Amino acid sequence: MSERLPPNPRERINRARTINFSFDGKDVEAYDGDTIGSALHASGQKVLSRSFKYHRPRGLLCCAGQCPNCLVDVDGSPGVRACTEPVRAGIKVTHMNAKPSLDFDVMRATDLFGKPFTPPGFYYKTFIRPRRLWPLYEKVLRNAAGLGRLAKRQADREWRTEYRRRRADVLVVGGGVAGMAAALRAAELGADVVLMDDGPELGGAMLAGQDADSAKELAESIRAAGVEVLAPAAALGFFDGLVPAWQGNTLHQVRADRHIAATGSIEQPLIFDGNDLPGVMLCSGAERLASLYGVRPGETAVVATTTDRGLESALALQEAGIEVAGVVDARAGDGSEELLGALAAAGISVHRGTGVVKAFGRKHVRGVVVADLDDEGRPDPASKRGIDCDLVAVSGGTMPATSLLLQAGAKARWDEASGSYLPDGVPSDIRVAGAVAGHEPRNCAAKSGAVAGAEAALSLGLGSEEDRARLQADRASLLRETEGPAPAGQARTQDAGSRNGKCFACLCEDVTTKDIDYAIEEGFDSLELLKRYTTVTMGPCQGRMCQLASIRQMSEDTGASIEEVGLTTARPPWSTVPMGVLAGRPFEPAKRSAVHGRHRELGGNVMWAGDWRRAYDYGDVRAETMAVHEGAGLIDVSTLGKLVVSGPEAGAFLNLLYPNRFDNLKPGRIRYGVLGDDAGRITDDGTICRLDENSFYVTTTSSGADAVESWFSWWLAEWKLDVQLTDVSQGLSAFNLAGPRSREILSGLTELDCSNDSFAYLDGKRANVVGVPCLMLRIGFVGELGYELHCPGPLAEHLWDSLLEAGAAHEIRPFGLEPQRILRLQKMHILVGQDTDAESNPLEAAMPWIVKFEKEEDFIGRWALEAVAERGAENKLIGFTIENGTVPTEGAAVVVDGQPVGLVTSSRFSPKLERSIGMAWVPAALAEDGTTITVSDEGRQISAAVQTAPFYDPDQELLRG
Amino acid sequence: MSFLLTCPNCGEREVTDFAFGGEVVPRPSSKPSERELNTYNYFRRNVAGLQREWWNHRSGCRAWFLAERDTTTNEVRWVALPGA
Repeated sequence: MSERLPPNPRERINRARTINFSFDGKDVEAYDGDTIGSALHASGQKVLSRSFKYHRPRGLLCCAGQCPNCLVDVDGSPGVRACTEPVRAGIKVTHMNAKPSLDFDVMRATDLFGKPFTPPGFYYKTFIRPRRLWPLYEKVLRNAAGLGRLAKRQADREWRTEYRRRRADVLVVGGGVAGMAAALRAAELGADVVLMDDGPELGGAMLAGQDADSAKELAESIRAAGVEVLAPAAALGFFDGLVPAWQGNTLHQVRADRHIAATGSIEQPLIFDGNDLPGVMLCSGAERLASLYGVRPGETAVVATTTDRGLESALALQEAGIEVAGVVDARAGDGSEELLGALAAAGISVHRGTGVVKAFGRKHVRGVVVADLDDEGRPDPASKRGIDCDLVAVSGGTMPATSLLLQAGAKARWDEASGSYLPDGVPSDIRVAGAVAGHEPRNCAAKSGAVAGAEAALSLGLGSEEDRARLQADRASLLRETEGPAPAGQARTQDAGSRNGKCFACLCEDVTTKDIDYAIEEGFDSLELLKRYTTVTMGPCQGRMCQLASIRQMSEDTGASIEEVGLTTARPPWSTVPMGVLAGRPFEPAKRSAVHGRHRELGGNVMWAGDWRRAYDYGDVRAETMAVHEGAGLIDVSTLGKLVVSGPEAGAFLNLLYPNRFDNLKPGRIRYGVLGDDAGRITDDGTICRLDENSFYVTTTSSGADAVESWFSWWLAEWKLDVQLTDVSQGLSAFNLAGPRSREILSGLTELDCSNDSFAYLDGKRANVVGVPCLMLRIGFVGELGYELHCPGPLAEHLWDSLLEAGAAHEIRPFGLEPQRILRLQKMHILVGQDTDAESNPLEAAMPWIVKFEKEEDFIGRWALEAVAERGAENKLIGFTIENGTVPTEGAAVVVDGQPVGLVTSSRFSPKLERSIGMAWVPAALAEDGTTITVSDEGRQISAAVQTAPFYDPDQELLRG
Repeated sequence: MSFLLTCPNCGEREVTDFAFGGEVVPRPSSKPSERELNTYNYFRRNVAGLQREWWNHRSGCRAWFLAERDTTTNEVRWVALPGA
């Protein structure tokens, strides 16, 4: 660790404790408290990444998580900022976007030779002809595009993140001096305050400077005052008063009544040829590296600046032990006399009225070329001279971090005097404090924060008259300190340097100043168009490093003022965030029936069916199907939705919801019902059993359970009938015992008389079966004699086991969803959503008998169905058979003269009937028994015979017997 | 979109707790003409401003209730159980 500076009191690292991790397979030693970036820089690894388009080497620039230069992959997670990510023992860090290695990247060719081929928008212009080569182009482009690689396995890409919601009186975004002062004042006045900051430690710009100790004290005092501090937690955006912040594995969603934006400002880079070389760093970045991590940013520095910030920085760097070879100040006249004097005393030469023209070096800066600037900031070629250095610390002024404010509806106004944007038209529930408010110099940031904090708290009705008076006084003194022109030396003058060579305006997307010129020449002369065309400001830095530069250049190129050029729309996310964090915990709730374990034990092939895990089959679809026909079968139908509708007006309620009658259903009897909406469309179906005079047991489809409950309760709210609705779906299990021998099996397990005379088709009875209280519904979804047994979930396993045990002598088999599908298709029992779609109505879906227009009620769907009845059905759902056993694909087209006129909704081979059967929508004219239709299925033309009656037991003799 | 909504049963909650039921469209009280039926089924006023609408506290008590909301600001003027 030769690149470390002597210890300093501000450093975050613990030199007594070393931690090891790996970078591209090499072992790297770090100190506890290091970031990945600081440790790598200290170890001599100055190149951390390759750039997006040209694959140029890039190194640390901002050291504050603001720029794109240090994105690495950590343990398979791409896009991690090395400069802020703390080192942890054993992590595997790898570079991104360079092949085969960071040192030698073949794609660098795009930089060295590709210039004429990769202008802005090249992907709109090239790789187009000849068209037949597109598959090849696509492969190449897709390989080249993007940053980083996602882990291949799903499990390696998952984030275990949680959402957390937090209500607060006041939310402060930004933990610098202004933010902390605001939080402290608001909390002192009794407000519940949350403060979030993207850094690990509160203090912002103070931490790397002389005020580091007072930052620590302030941080302690706000915690003591009860402020909840979220750090490091980057605010992602402003969503109508909700501010999400990402902290580790938590996505905080903070909703506060008042917001204080203390988001600070961002130091801007300078534009010159090679301004992206490793070794070119922001002044603040170089200082942070030296001060917080004790890492030597370079041996010999040249500081290039347009403001006094650079002068301060030169002094700070020299004090830290870095030789400063000179300060290149673009200003000929301005500049604090005090600082200039200090620089002179320190023996640092200041080149006033000069700018950096070029930084040279292959993979790292070896020196700069500087030149005198004329009045318009253009370099004089005759004055060019070189200065050797391995660090160029740059400071091109600051850009206030206004994004969150703009997202909240504020505007940013260009202020010529300060050479900066100032927030304007800020919504009334937001206060602005510190640098983002233009309250520079820094010595009034604390006061600015205290005023904002007091305003926020007092506007919530907190505080006393005394506090109001104090606010008035503070406000007045703040106004005095910030009034008038900005202090000399803070204002940013025009950019220095030349536009020759590769001057990067946007580091994320590799957009040079020439690219911007070129785009403007091509007519993309509004900022929003320029952004979309060149992708400037659209990369990981979200404009932090490039927005101002692109605006200034557009202003210079077009002659429009900065105000006229305007700003692009600020959008979330303000900080980069993995999609997985926004998505929250990977959450796929699986519903399992009470006897799910049994399905596993019986060898069931368990699959997803909506939210449910269900047995598709138990290994032999044919045998299971035939068992239901010849002996008995048992299927778990616990997934059905189950509602109890009770009350004096329950019958009237169902009469309004369903197209058929329920008020005249006798207690203990069952009727099939199809639910629809007022457009007449089928939405769900199920059976309804009248339990007694005042209550009905309604079953729904498995996937429709929630929607039906919601639909019922909505109409109940509208009609205000004397009806109670109880959803018992989760509490009850249900099994369908079906097959010719099901009666024998059931009779042996219950005292109930199960004879056909006593327990007829469509009877519903309550009785104990093996001691389990059951509601037994004699219905026939699968087309054989059958009983649906509904029982309390906790007793279901006992019932299931007993049925299988008793059924063993009768050749019972459990059967799964697939056999059930074949069985129900033989009966032409529709599956809502499979055989019907959002346009199907019962008149056309082969169920005209279910619509009782003679009912008095204006039931849901009546009017629309009346219109259909009047017009006549256009299409009909019919059955078809195919003798030769071909099973057309579900969804295949029914064609007439080669034109599609309908489609197949269900199709299966029936082992019982030994032919293919199916259902299809066809024009009404074709919906006659015996008509031959043609199904076009992936090139095959298949003839099928239309059949309108059920394929199996059309007269219901088996069901009723 | 993000705002707070007050369930008449449960109190103030994030809007993501609720299911939106659309603007209140009264069902015709007697047989409508085909045009009226289609208007009822398919047309919505979609106002920019105050709108009376249905909400369901889906992740809470599951009650349906009415709210009057300004669609431009998401300010909710009042909420009420139907008939209350």
